[in-house]
Amino acid sequence: MGTIEDEIIECGGEVFGEEEMETLMHCVQCGKCTGGCPSGRITALRTRKLFRMAQMDMREEIFNAPELWFCTTCYTCYERCPKGVKCTDIIRVIRNLAAKEGHMSVPHRKIGVYALKTGHGVPITPEQMKIRESLGLDPQPPTTQKYKEQLEQFQTIFRETGFDALIDFDWDTMSLRETETKTETDTESESESKSKSEEGEKK
Amino acid sequence: MSEESKEYAYFLGCITPNRYPGIEVAAKKVFKEFGIDTKEMIGAACCPAPGVFGSFDIYTWLPVAARNLAIAEEMGLEIYVTCNGCYGSLQEADHLLKNKPKLKEKVNKILSKAGREYRGTSDVHHSIVLLHDLIGLDRLKEGVTNPLKGVNVAIHYGCHFLKPSEVRGHGSAETPYILEDIVKAIGAKSVDYKDKLMCCGAGGGVRTADTPTALEWTRQKLVSMIEADADCMINPCAFCHLQFDRGQYEINEAFGTSFSLPVLFVLQLVGLAMGFSVKELGLDQQTTTMPEKLLR
Repeated sequence: MGTIEDEIIECGGEVFGEEEMETLMHCVQCGKCTGGCPSGRITALRTRKLFRMAQMDMREEIFNAPELWFCTTCYTCYERCPKGVKCTDIIRVIRNLAAKEGHMSVPHRKIGVYALKTGHGVPITPEQMKIRESLGLDPQPPTTQKYKEQLEQFQTIFRETGFDALIDFDWDTMSLRETETKTETDTESESESKSKSEEGEKK
Repeated sequence: MSEESKEYAYFLGCITPNRYPGIEVAAKKVFKEFGIDTKEMIGAACCPAPGVFGSFDIYTWLPVAARNLAIAEEMGLEIYVTCNGCYGSLQEADHLLKNKPKLKEKVNKILSKAGREYRGTSDVHHSIVLLHDLIGLDRLKEGVTNPLKGVNVAIHYGCHFLKPSEVRGHGSAETPYILEDIVKAIGAKSVDYKDKLMCCGAGGGVRTADTPTALEWTRQKLVSMIEADADCMINPCAFCHLQFDRGQYEINEAFGTSFSLPVLFVLQLVGLAMGFSVKELGLDQQTTTMPEKLLR
């Protein structure tokens, strides 16, 4: 395995373009990203620092930095960078790499659970169904959560891409695999993603 | 977008139908008044959220977005959305797939297992851009029966409506004009305020993983709206809408404050100006309540 720059290009290049990912190395530390960052105003996120760490191949430090997840992907830095660094896309790709190594918070993994169960990151509630009805709408929107076969299409994609393993999803209980109960219900696929889950819990 | 396109596929996403159906109703009602028919996208899913699922795994984010696009393609219709997250996700995915044949092939290989195919035949529009560009300001003005004279509006754009500007194509993200034009057309006044171009604080998984941080962020923006004497705030994004509407309750709980700034999706404010009632637009079913000024 090469540097984190190589990993970023390998992971993000196919989707966003290799040249776009390589712009990480164009950062000259001017700090315009950080100056305009709404998150940096109230959190420890320093985009400039993050990119310097990436340039210096401080892989583990980046993956373990909580501020990596304080970016709301607002694109302010992306718009303003005088060197054309594709900041927001690069941050998303760094997060992808971190997630692959289990650096993914439980609330984030739970969003994945909602999606796998209903096709929605934010599914319908009985209360909202009543409100929909009072507005003259079908209580159940015509989305994946209404049709079993449509939900199955959605779930198929998640299985194909391995998203279920990424968040350590248990298809039997349709929830996150509990780290504690692992040893009792261990299967091949479970042990594969076990270390991932444990690291995630710690974080 | 052509003048003849009178039917659009409405991509609902998650927050609109599942938390703020008033936005869904407002979009359908306002568009119907202007001769645009809304068709349901059967089996559409989460967009999926670009800063959330895109942060977890871009190789899951992309085929799921492509499947949603494929549903509209099968209907032979272009798409409109009422959430910046959905706009960001679907338009970005469409943009990437239209420009990268190898990536498209890879995504379609995954989609084939789900019985779908992305072809790249349906453009993605934001509902507010359709109102501004397709319906147009002249027709909008003609549709106003209850001009909102004397109403100070704090405009919140959210992020993915304008950015990345090279993909969105609505001009500079630093000097936006679309919502200002609409507010003016319905007789209200857009007030400038310190944090006008700031993000709501909810995106990118921040609200999910660290709600207090997201709320502090939103609180700062609310303060700057109120300092500018805003009577209400408007947004073009269901997720920002949730963060400001439900968020005010959460902020008041967390900080002991008493914020009560009315929150409206752009088409809900437009709906009021067109004579629809607060009840018809679902504005009585959310956290913040509407002021007298808007009840006329």
